Amino acid sequence: MAAVAVIALLALVYWVAKPPNETVTVLPSADGHKGIVVVERGKDKQVLDQPYATTRNGDAVQILAATDIKETFGPTLQALPARPAVFLLYFITGTDELTDESKADLQRILDELKNRPLPDVYVIGHTDTVGELRGNDMLSALRAQTVQGFLVSAGIPEGRIQTAGRGKREPIVPTADQVDEPKNRRVEINVR
Amino acid sequence: MRWTIAAVLLAFASAGIAADAGEIKSVSGTVHLERGGKKLPVKVGTPVQQSDVVVTGADGAAGITFTDNSLLSVGPNSVLGIDKYAFDSTTHAGQFDASLKKGTLAVISGKMVKQQPESMRVRTPSSIMGVRGTEFVVKVD
Repeated sequence: MAAVAVIALLALVYWVAKPPNETVTVLPSADGHKGIVVVERGKDKQVLDQPYATTRNGDAVQILAATDIKETFGPTLQALPARPAVFLLYFITGTDELTDESKADLQRILDELKNRPLPDVYVIGHTDTVGELRGNDMLSALRAQTVQGFLVSAGIPEGRIQTAGRGKREPIVPTADQVDEPKNRRVEINVR
Repeated sequence: MRWTIAAVLLAFASAGIAADAGEIKSVSGTVHLERGGKKLPVKVGTPVQQSDVVVTGADGAAGITFTDNSLLSVGPNSVLGIDKYAFDSTTHAGQFDASLKKGTLAVISGKMVKQQPESMRVRTPSSIMGVRGTEFVVKVD
């Protein structure tokens, strides 16, 4: 009788103290970068370096099916916030007026931003290298403020938008000074 | 003078501790934060700080964005600690330690891991994960 009680007690202790099962799986990354996670468990070390590579309790790596992941992690993956994104708008030379092409893009960008709950937005204006530093600083800041105005009119709270003008310091297409490069006359909308 | 400097440094240090690491961006079902022994309600927009613990119920899930663009989410019956978070937006250097006590976690690493692989680590009760990028899931049950 006592022996049964002891066994039952041991079983209970084991059940209570039993270490949990732990599973780690690397997913294919949306941006095409190779995902790598190094899992250390005591002296064991597993390197997960391909899509769906999985280790359970530090055991040897195996490859799971995408459907297994969806089954176990469906609600978790669904709760992931929208990925950070960058949108570009381009301007007519020397002004804060959008090019026709960017005017057409604007609505699509605003729609995408409106889909995000409480977006954090950072708007950075740039110029081409035509003209002096100071004038370009002012123009780039003006472009950023103009875009901020579009975002506020679309319903994004002003307090969630930061703006900056970088003048001609950060051309996206490197050029010599005083070069009229349309791709450099731009505003970057960074959203998180 | 020396005391003034000390006081200013202390103010910066404590401001650093309380600085927001991120923000809750999605909530469904039962979710709360534990901060300094207190239970705080959670909604979209609630700031998340270092040392916070995110707790979800059987119907709960939550997603968080961090200032380095890391994204984390937890599913039902989960306990996730944000043990350490520091990020320099100029150099992109930082350190991010999180721990999943139980439940499910999805991670998309951000700028600090791009700058310095394994600057983000995720612990479970028996393991430690060094993150070199970028997307993975963890379950403790």
